[in-house]
Amino acid sequence: MKTRFKFLRQNKILIISFLFLNFIPSIAYAESEGSHSEPDYIALLFVFMLATFIGLGVVTRVSRLLHTPLMSLTNAISAIAVVGSLILTGLDHPDYITILGAIALFASMTNIVSGFLITDRMLKMFKSKESKKS
Amino acid sequence: MIYSIIQFAYIIATALFIFSLHWMKDPKTARHGVFAGIAAMTVAIVSTILEPGIVNWEWISVAIVLGFIVGVPLSKVPLTAVPQRTALSHAFGGLAAGLVGTAKYYLWLETPQDLTVFRMVAIIAEIILGFLTFTGSLMAAGKLQEIKWIPQRPVTYRGQNIINLSLLGIAVIGGIAVILNPVEYTFIFPIIIILALLFGVLLVIPIGGADMPTVISLLNSYAGLSAVAMGFVLDNKLLVTAGALDGSSGLILSIIMCKAMNRSFTNVLFGAFGQVQTAKAGVETRSVKQETSEGAAQILEQASKVVIVPGYGMAVAQAQYRIRELYDLLTKQGADVKFAIHPVAGRMPGHMNVLLAEAKIPYEQLIEMDDINSDMPQVDVVIVVGANDVVNPAARSDKTSPIYGMPIIDADKAKMCFAIKRSMNPGFAGIENELYFADRTFMLFGDAKAVIGELVKELSASQAS
Repeated sequence: MKTRFKFLRQNKILIISFLFLNFIPSIAYAESEGSHSEPDYIALLFVFMLATFIGLGVVTRVSRLLHTPLMSLTNAISAIAVVGSLILTGLDHPDYITILGAIALFASMTNIVSGFLITDRMLKMFKSKESKKS
Repeated sequence: MIYSIIQFAYIIATALFIFSLHWMKDPKTARHGVFAGIAAMTVAIVSTILEPGIVNWEWISVAIVLGFIVGVPLSKVPLTAVPQRTALSHAFGGLAAGLVGTAKYYLWLETPQDLTVFRMVAIIAEIILGFLTFTGSLMAAGKLQEIKWIPQRPVTYRGQNIINLSLLGIAVIGGIAVILNPVEYTFIFPIIIILALLFGVLLVIPIGGADMPTVISLLNSYAGLSAVAMGFVLDNKLLVTAGALDGSSGLILSIIMCKAMNRSFTNVLFGAFGQVQTAKAGVETRSVKQETSEGAAQILEQASKVVIVPGYGMAVAQAQYRIRELYDLLTKQGADVKFAIHPVAGRMPGHMNVLLAEAKIPYEQLIEMDDINSDMPQVDVVIVVGANDVVNPAARSDKTSPIYGMPIIDADKAKMCFAIKRSMNPGFAGIENELYFADRTFMLFGDAKAVIGELVKELSASQAS
């Protein structure tokens, strides 16, 4: 258990500040509720910067054995674009926008489904000596 | 109210994504990572559907069902085809980003006050990255799948780099024009899309098989960055974080791949490999020593430390299950069998590990190049299966060799080396392998699967008697 939470301890400040940055502007934005207002791009850039550092930190510790599953996993994760495509498809827009959105939604959904399934399939194959005997 | 709930859900999803990657540090916890990822994705999708104003349910459900119909078979591909599948999913990721960016631009054209400079910069970055990743990854997938009308060999022509870079340059200049005046220069927008699509194709055409691990990692990074740009466009922090995680993972993998080949990014992208070697003169035809499978089996019987070096040839010959039988026999006779994995062996990062894991070889036996090289002088027998450049000692000694400086597995330092090879044709880069002419190297000619099958037969016969 100790090693599992080492990561949290090492990156405490990063994680806390990251969560705050995620949180504060979103509340502020919810208060103003003006849909035409400029997005708070400074906060977005902050989030991007911190997320990149966390990503670099986490990925350098990934076992070298698992680089192929890592790639298919991050693939599925970046298919979070599904969120954008969902909104684009769902809202009442002209037809051609809906179609573009639906294609994007299809592409992201494919990535999510195949990405997670194949990652799990590959990871199941990695067996240690002990688990083989049992 | 509903907005705050959605944002809270996004925060939870973000944390789960980070844990998902964190758990990949060890094969024991790695499957938790997948579950965390699935949980995060479910939270994100469900909370997004809560968004008020969603009406086109039929479109959404059709797209999701189609996604499942295509996605499930794509996850069942044989593991040798995983590089193609990965490239294909990068293409899908890029396509999604590109399409969302395009749709958002035309949507906001109706209310031009929404097209702020920041949003326009993000949209242009999103469509250029998205569409070049789309065609680039499709090309890479086609090359890996060995589709007929896509050339496998690197395609080069005079002024290639200048043409490529000027295409990208025109796209960027057009992008700046649209950013500065999004309403008037609408006609430039489709031109940028076409240029980005074209640039993606031209970027991957000059790249050969052995550079694929780097290129796939790089495209992975681009796909992530296009998701980040989408997050900027849609003012969505979940997209920005998830994209940044993907982007940084691709970046790290590309750096590892480049280091493992002692090359720089620019060298991989702009200096087509395999062209350097054309002037190599075959001055002397040196002789190699051949060994029969009976002889090799007799030597293996006496060996107590064996290292197997797999390469892409093993995947092509589908020899991993035979290797597993050989591993079992050698372990039974008390030998210590390890596998030396070069980072760029195969067609994508970690490819060999997955193939050997599929053949049920315990992952403790899969050793990284850097960790096994110091043990090499104590190793009795090294078996090279379908690997070539990654064991070529010329990388250490021959300054004129194009692979000079590339870190290699020191197979030549072992007490004896067997190289399994179909013929003496040099590998992909056309580089002669010094290892084959070394005193302690013996060649076993033939298909990797057949040769190892014979070794297994000989060994099991002698163990039975």
